[in-house]
Amino acid sequence: MSRTADINIKDNHIGETIGQFLKKILESDEVAAVLTPHRPAEKDMIMPRFITDPEHLQGAEPLSPAFAVNSARLVSRLTRQSPGGTIAALLRPCEIRAFVELVKLNQGSTENLIIIGTDCPGALQNADFFAFAEKHGDKATARFLETAFSDDQASAEDLQIAPACRACTQPTPEGADLAIGLFGLQPGPKIQVYAQTERGEVLLEKLGLEEAQADEKHQSAAEDLISRRSQARQEMIEQTRAATDTMEKLADYFSRCINCYNCRTACPVCYCRECVFATDVFDHEPVQYMKWAGRRGSVKMPTDTLFFHLTRMAHISTACVGCGQCANVCPSNIPLAELFISVAEQTQSAFSYQAGKSIDEQPPLAVFQEDEFQEIVGIENGS
Amino acid sequence: MEEQFDPVIVAFVCNWCTYTASDLAGTSRLGYPKNIRLIRVMCTGMVDTQYIIKAFLEGVDGVLVSGCHPGDCHYINGNFKARRRMKLLKTILPQFGIEENRLRLTWIGASDGIAFAETMQRLVDQIRELGPNPARAQQII
Repeated sequence: MSRTADINIKDNHIGETIGQFLKKILESDEVAAVLTPHRPAEKDMIMPRFITDPEHLQGAEPLSPAFAVNSARLVSRLTRQSPGGTIAALLRPCEIRAFVELVKLNQGSTENLIIIGTDCPGALQNADFFAFAEKHGDKATARFLETAFSDDQASAEDLQIAPACRACTQPTPEGADLAIGLFGLQPGPKIQVYAQTERGEVLLEKLGLEEAQADEKHQSAAEDLISRRSQARQEMIEQTRAATDTMEKLADYFSRCINCYNCRTACPVCYCRECVFATDVFDHEPVQYMKWAGRRGSVKMPTDTLFFHLTRMAHISTACVGCGQCANVCPSNIPLAELFISVAEQTQSAFSYQAGKSIDEQPPLAVFQEDEFQEIVGIENGS
Repeated sequence: MEEQFDPVIVAFVCNWCTYTASDLAGTSRLGYPKNIRLIRVMCTGMVDTQYIIKAFLEGVDGVLVSGCHPGDCHYINGNFKARRRMKLLKTILPQFGIEENRLRLTWIGASDGIAFAETMQRLVDQIRELGPNPARAQQII
């Protein structure tokens, strides 16, 4: 049985309580810095902050519904070489999964890292968060949490979590050293911390928190949520497939794409230093456009939109963790998360792989076996 | 007489095996259909998925990737990597209506000139049966 501790919530303020827990960790000798979502005083924007001075943890917003960036990329920047001390990073489950993928692609390391994961009720898309924060000010996170853990759907009237989150079937922080359990415990007087690795055990012990029994309500509430989400996910995937099952429909789906490449920038697992789509290869000569149009009568501008998205599917769908940042940053509101989640489900199952699940399992395109996929070889098969 | 559909097929062939086989077919005066456009690459392991996606978006009706038999790769294991990429694309493209059989993978060794010519003929017949690539009519690439 792994070590478990109760944390009692002070003054009904769960975010501050977790903030205090982070402070305790930062003040211990075990950790030199903390990465956590943070809200600067009097401002509405919540962004990750890298903190070495415990006093600066004032304003930490560990459970904010804001999700401006998938922090896996930031943790990758912080750990690709030794940072000279141990870092504790507070991450959502999808951020942990993305980071696991990055580690497997040699873009980061867990060596000097303690991952503190939280149960995640979901996040708001940027536009929704801005409106929500404007309305509720510094009470936004508290207001979000009131409804996020309630079964009462009506109370969530002004809260619609992102499409990717509605279809997320991995809302618990697998792979974290310490997992903060909220499901089944909130609303309530306490939360629980579970050590999921040896490193987590050691830290929890050093913090001197009293050992407690893991609350069964947590496990069952998580399972309930996952089964509801699984159903929503299947529906979403079916709808998306039906909306894109011909090239014509796919072209419609992407017809608003302006080649801004925000999705690529925001994608935590799209990690190439130089993307081929940013190279001279795509600086077409004017005569090339004339050829394209001439062949078909006309060509939609800007060009290379389908090419870009299909290539991205081929390059990263086996690593896609379904965080939905691609959709979050799309200025044309293309429902990218739905499509990438649908495609990823197929490609990952083709290789019996689940992105972000295990740090030891090699990415599908990094390995091979000699006697696999015989059925796709030859031109006699399947015809 | 009804006009026969004349497919365009791009074949990425590896320098060491299938391209050499095509050369042998030529020097042996074996004919094969003009529908095939050979692109010689050093190894099937260097055929990135985007080359194939690009070919389909440009309107080709079929894509063949052909290299050395397992164990014969000049670069030890490039053909195994190619097979994984083909599996990947054969999972992605059919979701959007590009039939799986438009994309084929074969191993044709350097001494298989006859096999090369026969495979090309059968491939053209199969793609002809499938009809034109649905992406051909799109004005978006």
